[in-house]
Amino acid sequence: MRKAFTALAVAAVVAASGGLAEAKTLKWGFQTDTTSLDPHAHNVTFTLGFLGNIYEGLVRRDADLKFEPGLATKWENLEPTRWRFHLRKGVKFHNGNDFNADDVLFSYERTNNEDANLRGRVVGIKEVVKVDDYTVDFITEKPNPIIYYEWDTWFIMDKEWSEEKGATTPTNTSTGVESYAAHHENGTGAFTITERQTDVKTVLVPFKDWWDKPQHNLTEVIMTPIGQDATRVAALLSGEVDMVYPVPVQDIKRVNSNDGTSVLVGPELRTIFLFFDTFRDELLYSNVKGKNPFKELKVRQAVYHAIDIEAIKKKIMRGLSDPSAIMISPKLFDKSEGFTRLPYDRSKAKALLAEAGYPDGFETRMDCPNDRYVNDEQICQAIVSMLAKVGIKSSLVAQPKAKYFAAINPKGGSDYAFGLLGWTPGSFDSWNVLFNLLNTPKPDEGRGPYNYSGYSNARVDELTDMIGVETDKAKRDAMIEEAFKISTSEVATVPLHQQALAWGKRDNIELKQRADNQFRFYYVNVK
Amino acid sequence: MVAFILRRLAQSILVMLVVGLVAFFMFQFLGDPVNQMVGVDTPIAEREALRERLGLNDPLIIRFGKFVVNAAQLEFGLSYQHKSPVTDLLLERLPATIELSMVSAVIAFALALPAGVYTGLYRNRWSSKAMLTLSLVGISVPTFLIGILFIYLFAVVLGWLPSFGRGDVVTLPGGWTTGLLTTSGLKAIILPALTLGLFTLTLIMRLIRAEMLEVLRTDYIKFARARGLTNRAVNFGHALKNTLVPVITVTGLLLGNLIAFAIITESVFQWPGMGRLFLQSIQEVDLPVMSAYLVMISFLFVVLNLVVDILYYVVDPRLRVEGHGGGH
Repeated sequence: MRKAFTALAVAAVVAASGGLAEAKTLKWGFQTDTTSLDPHAHNVTFTLGFLGNIYEGLVRRDADLKFEPGLATKWENLEPTRWRFHLRKGVKFHNGNDFNADDVLFSYERTNNEDANLRGRVVGIKEVVKVDDYTVDFITEKPNPIIYYEWDTWFIMDKEWSEEKGATTPTNTSTGVESYAAHHENGTGAFTITERQTDVKTVLVPFKDWWDKPQHNLTEVIMTPIGQDATRVAALLSGEVDMVYPVPVQDIKRVNSNDGTSVLVGPELRTIFLFFDTFRDELLYSNVKGKNPFKELKVRQAVYHAIDIEAIKKKIMRGLSDPSAIMISPKLFDKSEGFTRLPYDRSKAKALLAEAGYPDGFETRMDCPNDRYVNDEQICQAIVSMLAKVGIKSSLVAQPKAKYFAAINPKGGSDYAFGLLGWTPGSFDSWNVLFNLLNTPKPDEGRGPYNYSGYSNARVDELTDMIGVETDKAKRDAMIEEAFKISTSEVATVPLHQQALAWGKRDNIELKQRADNQFRFYYVNVK
Repeated sequence: MVAFILRRLAQSILVMLVVGLVAFFMFQFLGDPVNQMVGVDTPIAEREALRERLGLNDPLIIRFGKFVVNAAQLEFGLSYQHKSPVTDLLLERLPATIELSMVSAVIAFALALPAGVYTGLYRNRWSSKAMLTLSLVGISVPTFLIGILFIYLFAVVLGWLPSFGRGDVVTLPGGWTTGLLTTSGLKAIILPALTLGLFTLTLIMRLIRAEMLEVLRTDYIKFARARGLTNRAVNFGHALKNTLVPVITVTGLLLGNLIAFAIITESVFQWPGMGRLFLQSIQEVDLPVMSAYLVMISFLFVVLNLVVDILYYVVDPRLRVEGHGGGH
């Protein structure tokens, strides 16, 4: 009897501990909290990445950023201006409601609102037509081959829930009426929120009725914002959290040398580059009067040749950058191998300056942010000293992003001679780069708003328009290549590198690192 | 007395108006809030529309006028970044900040009082000198460095205490949250409270010591000793009590400092208080949050000053006599 009882007790303990081993919690620390839970209100990469665990779009990107079906199972371009999306059947929202075409139409209306910062996701759409409960047509003003390229982060909300709870629009910035959706969620995604304390922690659990087959083994995710770099790293080292990012480059060694933690690095999509004032007749902050040296191709080439990109990679980025010859990440453009950087060659740079009429160089000023990109100010310091060695002596003005972006903006008077900028195309497509950064600035057409160089080439503009409506990929890529070849040979900008992502994690966590820095819990396995 | 308090409160309104005005002028130099709100590829026309809707194109004086009118009704608008009412954001974080400041004030005062008296009475002892040397660290090492050193030692190396956060909190009736009722909450407050309180501790301790040295030299202490009073009665009843006027002044102001300058400690320890919110709002140029916070802190300082003045009456009988209109 007693033996039997002991056996029973042992069995109970084993069962209990077995039950405990089943609980897989992921504790995750990031720099900031999600701005709010409203999927349409904020165009913030982190917020959209976080909400991507809770909400879903019509399309989805996999771990390699390739498109895969999301809430739509397939999509087709029926006519140049008509896209048809076939919706997935049997999808449930977290509150149990069914997903159908009405939710897509509703989400379109909600996003096409002046308080939705994501309005750009649905710009250029003339009409959304419900064909049947599971088929939706998007009719565009102009042919748009990349209509869905940003729709992995254009999330679909439940119409009934939003109407019932008072969340049919995002929070109104004029009247101050807050949206229910800012603090509550009802998505279709793999995880659902069970507890949320703003800025303190958010607890998520897997959604039982998710339409897709889970690849993760999590039972719970706890997200904690940890703002200070040192504290975030300490929390990982002490084991209080399982995964943190970003890990500052100078702490990577420390995390790797610690037992049980390591850093996962990978290339990011953002391209860091230099722009020059090539539009003023007289350069600002310069000793050259009456003309603008940067208007000369040879001067821009000299700057390019003067930059020792490998030294920047080694000394400043500690190996964590990929020098770039083109204004878009090679991950996003298939023909990027055909481009090479102008070699680092100081004597060539000096010769070019002399040919351009500046044998002794000239003086100017460099503008730089100091809290926007990885080691941005240090990169600028290095560039200033590299340029000084070939005769271009510049002072450096490095300031916080809020001030910097206001100053270099045309509204702020385009107050610069040359400076540093980073760009990730939101659509992950070259058209975005060409249109925003390399097209002739024409405010009335919305063209070239961030072309701070003031670069202008009619052929590039023309190619950009053709790329915008070309649906054949091979033809399109050839045109993109031509446009990049022209702007690169004319040194419209000097691309520097793509910075790297650094995610710190405990060794028992398996995950997939996406190059867009978005963290999807449904790839995580805790061992 | 009542007239005095009313006068002080009236003055406080003036102080807050001035703080608000200065803050508003400073905001002009912080950069563009719109740029922090929208995505990088947002068209310029859309940015302009947002600017207009936020009222950022109005002249400064009109914006300030609107702010004052709304602030008088305790209405501080929506945070640009969070798109939530600023009042809610601040109130949500108020308990964490107050709790942290109070705990560090209690720690600081409880340690500083005996240490100050001890080093004042036995100033030649080896232990007194050790304490004074150690207190130099508290005065000279910046708070964030102390915080990071604490985290490294107690969280990473020893693993005794958490490196960030407030632990589990309990919500009391009235919406006040407290971490002082849970084990994890108590563990979490130790490091930030020590970090925040260290400067105050050393300052008060050195002040009490200096005052004690001063008072112990006076004639009435000599008389007291001559009368054969016990050491305890002399040291605590007569000497310590007479050191308290300057100590109260400084402590009162330091209490304000503890709340206002919890910013750094909060950000190092990821303490979910108002200071962190303020720091974020500076980075994002979230003007409504910044102005509300500054006005609130200035109100706090005014109130603390008032309390300090009232305490003078309690501690120092000479002031009470003058207060009743007695002549010289």
